[in-house]
Order: sequence, then structure tokens, then C-alpha cells
Amino acid sequence: MARYDSLLDACGDTPLVGLPRLSPSPQVRLWAKLEDRNPTGSVKDRAALYMIRAAEAEGRLRPGDTILEPTSGNTGIALAMVAKLRGYRLVCVMPENTSEERRQILRMYGAEIIFSPAAGGSNQAVVVAKQLAAEHPDWVMLYQYGNEANARAHYETTGPELLRDLPSLTHFVAGLGTTGTLMGTGRYLREKNPEIEIIAAEPRYGELVYGLRNIDEGYVPELYDATVLTRRFSVGTRDALLRTRQLIEVEGIFAGLSTGAVLHAALAVGHEALRAGRTADIVFMVADAGWKYLSTGAYSGTLSEAEERLEGQLWA
Amino acid sequence: MAIEVRIPTILRTYTGGAKTVEGSGTTLAELLNDLDSRYSGLRSRLVTEDGGLHRFVNIYINDEDVRFIGSLEAKVSDGDTVTILPAVAGG
Repeated sequence: MARYDSLLDACGDTPLVGLPRLSPSPQVRLWAKLEDRNPTGSVKDRAALYMIRAAEAEGRLRPGDTILEPTSGNTGIALAMVAKLRGYRLVCVMPENTSEERRQILRMYGAEIIFSPAAGGSNQAVVVAKQLAAEHPDWVMLYQYGNEANARAHYETTGPELLRDLPSLTHFVAGLGTTGTLMGTGRYLREKNPEIEIIAAEPRYGELVYGLRNIDEGYVPELYDATVLTRRFSVGTRDALLRTRQLIEVEGIFAGLSTGAVLHAALAVGHEALRAGRTADIVFMVADAGWKYLSTGAYSGTLSEAEERLEGQLWA
Repeated sequence: MAIEVRIPTILRTYTGGAKTVEGSGTTLAELLNDLDSRYSGLRSRLVTEDGGLHRFVNIYINDEDVRFIGSLEAKVSDGDTVTILPAVAGG
């Protein structure tokens, strides 16, 4: 059944697609969970819908209210769509070094954007949003980094979808941002099968993003629980670009750059399984498609040119 | 051959501005002790007084987070790249 009563009802239940050409062997298989097939084109639709529904159910959010959220893009776009349909005003705090497409989409949905400094990346957006929340006590900050409904969206939807579609799943690989996807899906999968490995891939940006961060002012999302993870990889811009292009070239999937980082980790795990002679069914998340990143120059020219253009950009 | 260690901007005051330094050891703990003998004070920015990694520091050996492969007891060998980064948010 692919008929839905409204756009919000069409969230989730995304395709899981095998990658026969990119898989290391017929016994070590890679599967892509296509989250770009959600209503606004990213995995964040799941969290946005759950966070707004939870706030409504708790009576924190009433029609006409203003929602405030720090976001590097996808969560903002997802919230903007839900807010539009449910009658809320949305104010996003977004780092200034995010792509132009994200700003245009947010504004088209009627969201207001407040920019935070490029240096410090999303950490600074969180700081600015917390200040704004203190100044505007009537605004409702859903706060994706600490909102249990973010992880619960994945515990109740992504995880069950994966085991239903691939009961032989051995590894789950996803990007680490708010940590919601990994925490929710990871908990569900390990409860059902403790042998399943949960692997995080986090983007490693250029120096500007970390440049001014004092180590004592670091930030770990409140949702993060390291015991849910089996391993965690840091993936640099070049590897993420290389894998994003490989995914188009070999399997025809046009994904965003964070997916390249996730695929890089998935392939590392896959090749280890191959060398060890183990069978594996490795699922990795395609958080979004590449459209929103075209203006960054990531998809044209040589790898080195693209890498240079992405310096200082928040590409995930 | 040695172990290459990438230093984040904020800690380069300890390395005379160097982005990467070299060190030796068989575990991360040994490597950090070796570095501290030349770049005094660096270790205490990464390791707490009770001997754990600082909460807001991430250290990776060949791109893998050391907290999942033994923390300070994680094995290192010549030719490895160790990356030190402050924790940042995503999303």
C-alpha cells in the first residue's frame, strides 16, 4: 500500500536497497536505507514529526506557538514542513557555513533563520539557540540533541523496519550528529539481537570548524550513550567525497556527503568481515540525497578541487 | 617510522604551533607520555586526574575512536596516525 491520507502519514517505511556491485562479496552484503525518500528528503523527518507530536501531547506546543531549533539544515527543513502543516512559526539557528540550498528551502517553508558563527559549527548554533530560548521563554525549543522523542522515532520506526526487511542484519552503520538515529535504531536492534554491531561514522571537517573550540567547552549531545555503539569512526572530507562519488558511479545512488562518510565506515567493516571469512549483512543509512549540496561544488571537478571547496563547510 | 599525531589548533600552543608531531609507544598511554616529555602539559589537557580521557576530547587511531578499542590501553604501532579533536555537535 502506497496511498497516504497526508504528507505526514508518508513519513518513514523507506526502501532498503541491496548494493550488489559495491558489496565486498556475495557473503558480505551492503544494503542502503534510502531516507531521502521521506517527505522533505531526509532522515530528519522521522525525528521532527516525533518531537512535534510529543510536544503537542505534553501540552508544551499549541497552535500559533513559535518553535526554536538549532540545526545545520535537515532537521530545520523537516520541522519547517511539519510546522507549516500544523500551524507553528519556526525560528532556526543555523551555522553560517551551511549550503545556500538549505537556506532557500527553509525560507520557502516560511521559517526564519538566525545565523550563528561559522567557527565552532553546530556547537555555536546550540549556544546561540540556548541564549535565544532564555530571552524568549514563550518559544518552544524542541532541542533535537536532548529530546528523547528524536531517538524514540528510530526505536519505534527505523529499527523495526530494518529487522522486518532484513532479519539477517549483522551491522548497522549511520552518521553521528545528534546521535538520535544511532541511539534509537541501535537500542532496538540490540534488544532483538545483541550480536548486531552498531557503528557510528562522524564527519571530520576542516580546521575552521574546530579551530576556536576550547576543549573544556566541548559538547556531547545529551542523547549520546556510548554503550549503544560498538565502534565509532571519524571520516575526513576526502574519504566522504570519494565514497559519495563511488556510490553514484557504481550503484547509481545520488546521496549527500554524510552518506559518503557512512559508506566509508560500512566498507571498512565489510572488508574486515571478508578478510575474516565471516558473512555479513551491513545496513547503512542514506540520510539524504545530494541536491542540497550541489552549490558546494562537491559533485564537480576533481576530488582535490571538491575537497578544497568544502574546506570550512559543514557538509553533514 | 614513528606514529604521527595530529594536534588540533587549540592545543598547538603546546607543540610550538606544529600541526603534526611524531611520537612512539605501544599503547596510547605510552604515546601520550612520550609526547608529554617533549610537549609538557599536553597530556593533562587530554587525560583527567583519575586517568580517563577528558569527556570533550576525542582521540582516533587510524580514524577509529579509541574509546571503543581500549581507550588509553589501545594499541598503537609505527605508521599509525593518531588524531586528536575536540567534541563537536552535528545535526
